[in-house]
Amino acid sequence: MQKNRKQQLGFFLLFLCILTTIFFLGLILYFIIVRGFGVLSFEFFTQVPKRSMTAGGIAPAIVGTFYLTLGAMIFAIPLGVACAIYLSEYSPKSIIINIIRISINNLAGVPSVVFGLFGLAVFVKYFGFGVSILSGSLTLGIMVLPGIISATQEALLAVPQSYREASLALGATLWETIRKVVLPSALPGILTGIILSIGRVAGETAPIMFTAATFYTRRYPNSIFSEVMALPYHIYALMTEGVHPEAQTKIAYGCALILLILVLSMSTLAIILRQRQRSYTYYGT
Amino acid sequence: MFTRREKIIKGIFSILAFSSLFFLVGITITLFTSGLPVFREVGLLEFIFGREWYPTYSPPSFGIFPLIVASFLVTIGAVMICVPLGVGSALFINELATPQQKSILKPVIEILASIPSIVYGFFGMVLVAPYLQKILHLPVGQTAFTGSLILGVMATPTVCSISEDALNFVPQSYREASLALGGNRWQTLTKVIIPAAGSGISTGIILGMSRAIGETMTVLMVTGGAAIIPTSFFQPVRPMTATIAAEMGEAAVGSIHYHALFAIGLILFIITLLFNIIAEVISRRYRLKLGLGR
Repeated sequence: MQKNRKQQLGFFLLFLCILTTIFFLGLILYFIIVRGFGVLSFEFFTQVPKRSMTAGGIAPAIVGTFYLTLGAMIFAIPLGVACAIYLSEYSPKSIIINIIRISINNLAGVPSVVFGLFGLAVFVKYFGFGVSILSGSLTLGIMVLPGIISATQEALLAVPQSYREASLALGATLWETIRKVVLPSALPGILTGIILSIGRVAGETAPIMFTAATFYTRRYPNSIFSEVMALPYHIYALMTEGVHPEAQTKIAYGCALILLILVLSMSTLAIILRQRQRSYTYYGT
Repeated sequence: MFTRREKIIKGIFSILAFSSLFFLVGITITLFTSGLPVFREVGLLEFIFGREWYPTYSPPSFGIFPLIVASFLVTIGAVMICVPLGVGSALFINELATPQQKSILKPVIEILASIPSIVYGFFGMVLVAPYLQKILHLPVGQTAFTGSLILGVMATPTVCSISEDALNFVPQSYREASLALGGNRWQTLTKVIIPAAGSGISTGIILGMSRAIGETMTVLMVTGGAAIIPTSFFQPVRPMTATIAAEMGEAAVGSIHYHALFAIGLILFIITLLFNIIAEVISRRYRLKLGLGR
C-alpha cells in the first residue's frame, strides 16, 4: 500500500519534470511567435534598417547570415568529411588516432566565445583579413568542424564491415569501395550532421562578434572582405545599443522569430531525415 | 596505375585530415601565446585571485576572481535546475512514456536544444528579467538568479539526452530481475536502473555544466554585468564569457587588457576541457562496467 503510494508520487514528479521542460519550450515559442509575427511584412524581409533602426527591414542581416553560413559550410564540410573518412577508413587503429578522436570530442565542448577569440587573433589580426565575411566564416567553420567530423565518423562506423569486405572481395579498390559502397550508405547520417551544423552556425553570435559582424550598415556586402550584419548579432545590437528601446525591441522580436524559423526548420529536417533513415535501413546484427 | 591513383587519393585525404587537426591544435597555441603575456605583467596568482577587475582605470587592475565566482555561481544555479528537469525528463521518456509519447517527446527535447543562445538571451532580457524584478521586488531584474534560470533551461536538453542514452544502455534483464524479485516499478527505477545508469547520467550532468559555464550570449544579456564578488543570488554578476564578449570590442590590440581577455579565454578553455575529460573517463568506465566496452 505504502509502496504504491511512493510509486505514484515518484511517477507524478517525473511527469512534472517533463511537463516543466515542455512548458518552458512552449513559453519561449509562444512569446516569440506571437510578438514577432506582428512585425513581419514584405518590407521587413526586403528593406534596409531605417530611422536609426526603428523602422524598415532587416534584409542586410538576413543576407549576412546567409553568406556567413554558406562560407562556413564551404570550408567545414569538405574538411570535416575528409578528416572523418581518413580517420575511420584509411588510418590504422592506433593510439595516435585514438588521441586525435578524443581531442576532437573535447574541442566540440569548447565554448563558442573561445572560438571567437581564436578567429580574432588568427584571421582578423594575424592573416589580416580584418572584420569580414571571410574571417567570420572561417571562425564558424572551425567551430562546427568537430561536430561534422564526429557525426561523419559515427555514420561511417554504422556501415557494416561486411559491405566493405564484399566490395573489396569483388576486386574494387579501397577508394572505389569508399566512394561507391561506404559513402552512399553513410550519406543520410552525414547529411543529418551537416544540417544540424547549419542550424548551429546560423544561430551563433559569440564567434562572429569580433570577427565578422557589424552593428549597422546600409550597404550589402560586396566582397568576402566586407563586414556584415547578421541576424543573431542584430538581435543583440537592437537590445543593447541605440536610443529607442521600445521600437527596437519590436524589431528584435521579428529578428528572433526569423532566426528561430531558420534554425528550427534545420533541426526538424535533421530529425525527419534521421527517423526515415531508421525505418528504411536495416543493417542486421 | 591503379595503385598510384589510390595512393594519391589517400594522400589528399590525409592532407585534408591533418589540416583540420592543424586548425584545432592552432586554437590551443593561440590561446596560450595570446593569453600568457598577462601572467608576466600581472602575475598568475594576482590575476586569478585578484578581487578587482578595472581594466580601463588608470592604473588598471586585472583580478578575475569576481568573474570566476560569477561563472561558477551561475553554473551551480543552472545545475540545480537542469539536473532535476533533465534527469527527470529522461526517466519519464525512458521508463514511463509509451512508444508514441516517446516519438513526440524526443524531438521536442531536440528542438529545445537547437534554439540559439541569443534567442534565450533575448527572451530572458525582455520577459524573464522584468518579470522577476516585479515579483521579487528587486532593484534590477538582471541577476545571477535570472542567468541561472535561463541557463538551466538551456542545459536541460543536454542533460536529458545524454541521461536518456545512458538509461537505454541498462540491460532489460536488470529490470526483469528486479521485478521478478517483487520490487515495484518505482523501486526498480530508484534502486536498480538509476544506480546502473548512474555514471552515464553523471556524464550528462558534467556536460550540461560544461555547456552552462561556456554559454556567452545568454549570460551577457541577463546577468547584469557588475564585476563584483556577489553576496547573494539576486545581484548582478559578470561571468567570464560575458566579460570577453562585452570588452573585446573596446580593448586595444596588444594591450594588457587584450591579453587579459585571452587569458580568461584560456582559463575557460581549460575548465571546459577538464569537464570533458572527466565526462570521457566516467563514460568509458561505465561502458566497461556494463560490458559494453569493446
